[in-house]
Amino acid sequence: MCLAIPARVIKLQDDHATVDAMGNQWQARTTLLENVKVGDLVLVHAGFAISLVDEQEAKKTWQLIREIDDFDATDNKISG
Amino acid sequence: MFEIIEESKNTMHQACKHLGRGINIMEVCGTHTVSIFRHGIRSLLPEKLRLISGPGCPVCVTDQGYIDLLLKLARRDDCIIATYGDMMRVPGSDRQSLETISPKADIRIVYSAENALELAIENPEKTVIFAAVGFETTTPPTAVTVLDAKRRGIENFCVLCAHKLVVPAMEALLAGKNHKIDAFLCPGHVSVIIGYGAFTPIVEKFQRPCVVAGFEPLPILEALADICQQLIDEQPALNCAYKAVVTKDGNKTAQKIINTCFEPADGYWRGLGKIPKSTYHLRDEYAHWDAFRRFDIVEEPKADLAGCRCGEVLCGLIDPPDCKMFAENCTTQHPIGPCMVSSEGACAAWYKYGKH
Repeated sequence: MCLAIPARVIKLQDDHATVDAMGNQWQARTTLLENVKVGDLVLVHAGFAISLVDEQEAKKTWQLIREIDDFDATDNKISG
Repeated sequence: MFEIIEESKNTMHQACKHLGRGINIMEVCGTHTVSIFRHGIRSLLPEKLRLISGPGCPVCVTDQGYIDLLLKLARRDDCIIATYGDMMRVPGSDRQSLETISPKADIRIVYSAENALELAIENPEKTVIFAAVGFETTTPPTAVTVLDAKRRGIENFCVLCAHKLVVPAMEALLAGKNHKIDAFLCPGHVSVIIGYGAFTPIVEKFQRPCVVAGFEPLPILEALADICQQLIDEQPALNCAYKAVVTKDGNKTAQKIINTCFEPADGYWRGLGKIPKSTYHLRDEYAHWDAFRRFDIVEEPKADLAGCRCGEVLCGLIDPPDCKMFAENCTTQHPIGPCMVSSEGACAAWYKYGKH
């Protein structure tokens, strides 16, 4: 999917982060962003943070994700 | 909220009335396609306003020739194919897919290009080939991984690269004679990388309104109304309705990394054929990590499977139900064309959600 997922950076070592979205945690790289800090919200796509995102926008996207029926089935999918 | 919906509906109706003809707006992002269907946006549109799902689904636009090459490499004993999940079920010309030839062929689904590189480290006796497809959003992760592979001296890793650039495809569609595209709903997360300014040529050269939108239903509806107002006013413009994450210039760090690793080259697209400077190729410095050069192969265009009209769907020339195979012998359970295989393909969305 062309959908990147908003997630919060909860751990960070160099450009390797652990991120959390809706209780799911996974590893993501922050190589494509400058000055990322623990606590920042980022858009994660295919294992990479591609943008910072604010709280309000993140919440809207999480809601949208909940609404897309087959989201669970899209874990390994590509984005545009 | 209801006010916004009513206002948007009014503008769209006015545009159809004012123009006195049908209006065709193309979305170039699979997530828009899914969101539009999922939220019933089509049911709010005037009859004469047609939304066309263009070449916005990465699996769908990948040419048959690439799929065949990938399957050929997958059959080698000395290789492991690492791929995003969507590619698994796309049929080759011989109707086989990565899914059907697995587990005899060693194929691994990965979440990130980085996982593919880890596979190479774990399997030093094999060459891991990463099936690098997708648009500009997916390209930087591949680039970072290739740079990592070179820096760390990981030799048994390479990418079969078919990363595509969205804007050249839009230009190619508009340069064609048969297109009926009045405007574009531009992709959200591709724009995070390339910046909304990248769509300037579509507005300036081709006089087509372009609006970048996120994926929620209301902003999509407002973007469609914005496009309609521009058509009424006959003043095509480039607007961004997704400024929470999209800037005019995009993610410059990502662009720099892409350009370090890749250069745009002529490439083949399903349905659209050869488009100049539309596909990323690895630069000479990274030739060792280029599967095309490593295995001395070239991508040659191939025809779609017999009876499959995905190419015409991707160009907006037909809607999925116009294809005879749609919902007959081509379904999401038993897909024949890639637009039915991918969850974000136009055929899959039509099949799953129906006309509205």
